[in-house]
Amino acid sequence: MAIDEFAPWEDPEAKPIIQFKNVTKRFGDFVAIDDLTVDIYEKEFFALLGPSGCGKTTMMRMLAGFETPTEGTILLSGKDIAPVPPNKRAVNMMFQSYALFPHLSIWDNIAFGLRRDNLPKNDVKDRVEEMLRLTRMEKFARRKPHQVSGGQRQRVALARSLAKAPKLLLLDEPLGALDKKLRQDTQFELMDIQEKTGTTFVIVTHDQEEAMTVASRIAVMDNGKIIQVSTPDAIYETPNSTYVADFIGEVNIIEGKATSVGEKLSMAWAEGQPEIVGTPTTEFEKGQSVHFAIRPEKVSISAEKPETANAVQGKILDIAYLGNISTYHVELPGGQIIKAQAANNRRLSRRSFTWEDNVWLGWTDTAGVLLGR
Amino acid sequence: MRRFSWFNATSLTLGFAFLYLPMVILVIYSFNKSKLVTVWAGFSTKWYGELLNNDAFLDAAWVTIKVAVLSSTFATVLGTMAALVLIRSGRFFGRTLFSGMIYAPLVMPEVITGLSLLLLFIGIGLDRGVITIVLAHTTFAMCYVSVVVSSRLVSFDQSLEEAALDLGCSPFQAFRLVTLPIIAPAVISGWLLAFTLSLDDLVIASFTAGPSATTLPMKIWSSVRLGVSPEINALSTLMIGIVAIGVISASLISKRSAIQQQRDERAAERSDD
Repeated sequence: MAIDEFAPWEDPEAKPIIQFKNVTKRFGDFVAIDDLTVDIYEKEFFALLGPSGCGKTTMMRMLAGFETPTEGTILLSGKDIAPVPPNKRAVNMMFQSYALFPHLSIWDNIAFGLRRDNLPKNDVKDRVEEMLRLTRMEKFARRKPHQVSGGQRQRVALARSLAKAPKLLLLDEPLGALDKKLRQDTQFELMDIQEKTGTTFVIVTHDQEEAMTVASRIAVMDNGKIIQVSTPDAIYETPNSTYVADFIGEVNIIEGKATSVGEKLSMAWAEGQPEIVGTPTTEFEKGQSVHFAIRPEKVSISAEKPETANAVQGKILDIAYLGNISTYHVELPGGQIIKAQAANNRRLSRRSFTWEDNVWLGWTDTAGVLLGR
Repeated sequence: MRRFSWFNATSLTLGFAFLYLPMVILVIYSFNKSKLVTVWAGFSTKWYGELLNNDAFLDAAWVTIKVAVLSSTFATVLGTMAALVLIRSGRFFGRTLFSGMIYAPLVMPEVITGLSLLLLFIGIGLDRGVITIVLAHTTFAMCYVSVVVSSRLVSFDQSLEEAALDLGCSPFQAFRLVTLPIIAPAVISGWLLAFTLSLDDLVIASFTAGPSATTLPMKIWSSVRLGVSPEINALSTLMIGIVAIGVISASLISKRSAIQQQRDERAAERSDD
């Protein structure tokens, strides 16, 4: 593990750059943001992740100044920003539609914000050229936005929002309009630029892969509330609820009742099936209903009964071949379907399992998580 | 391609004949040597010359242009403001009433608009002249402008203005530097529409003009009542010419810019990396 690992949220001394304190936003009867409290630290790449309508865009628009909270306060570097209009905030935003000014050249688009600050001409020129270099758009400076491609427009929008060197950059679904290949390249470019400039980025996205790739921390949102804030690996490995587990990646969720609690927890879940043994991270009571969540890649598939703490037998119902890996849908006698993933490290013709085969599934007692809700 | 058919040819001929035959006759007779409008006596341009010496017509033309420029400018400012409020402000108390009232003059009979304006001007004791015609034309032209501008504003991406605010513009700067340049084509065509409406309005101008100010349509109308003179044909031909040049050049410009844009977009796709 690196010594200077970037984790200001674990440092009690660190001062957050943004603090949401019990923020509620209502549009008429509709509650978009519900009593939300969260801290975001300097130089973070913070992702707001959730389905559409979960309030993530409203949060971002409140940071930019286009909406004001109904209740609660938002602090930027310790100061309440509610009375500050958007044009006076050290916050810039990259819009989902890019919102490039169609009547101005790319050069003038990037210079637009700098000129509003009445900077000397030469400073504007230097800064614009720096931004063009950063986003590799030097060749296109004299073109109008409709004269460049979608990916280039996205880079111009980024350059324009970074030009004023904001304390905080907001990115609203910045890569939504790009195709998959270009999106992946751009994600790494974004991370690179974020590191180079040291700006705090807050990104809104509904694409969990994108959030996992770029973010230092992810806030998973639902119905105006943040369900969990954590690093990508913690969100993936130790989700705090079935909602988060289900939202991020693929997961098997088995519902049951705790029969014995302690260092290890046993869960009865179906008649005639062995109890599932797991390692609880929170307190459970005997008899309480428990959800056991396990990722498909942590379930092994074999012809013989495995040595692992948990082993169940079933029949292969379906195989999804994805090239590098295959996902096996295995039906257990009770009707429960469990997904197991295996790397295809042998050629397809030599694959050991096929449809209707009886197989054993196994996982260790630490592979899954036990969730109360 | 469709084949030629007698039915199509006939409809086309009839259609164009209805539209343009009267104008063609007017243009032809403007070059008539004879003073009698309906008797052809050879080619001549003398009526154009006489027109230039007719001070009454020139005065009326000058009044008309003044009125048209002033009223279309005022109408454009007011109409654009009304369109902005209607499209941008979302729902506010009385919005439906407000939008209904803006569009009402479009369907209001001109006689009624003219008469009510006349009563108003008499009521407040405003001397009738150029000012009253300008006010009257502004009133009815601004609803046309607001229709044209609001149809453009509907498709205007609101985030452009938000981006301007975000980059440090005051709301007024955002309008001046971003919104206005983008909606400029609609504002200009609104102005042109208001200008044309003012140019050929007879009814409202007749109600609101005083003895000191006569517009060209009023002048033409009153002199026709004394008998059509070839001078009027010459004047009308000039007006047709000016309007035709304006319409043709406007459509050429917009066509060329559309072609340019297409070319640019194709170039952009090729340069994609």
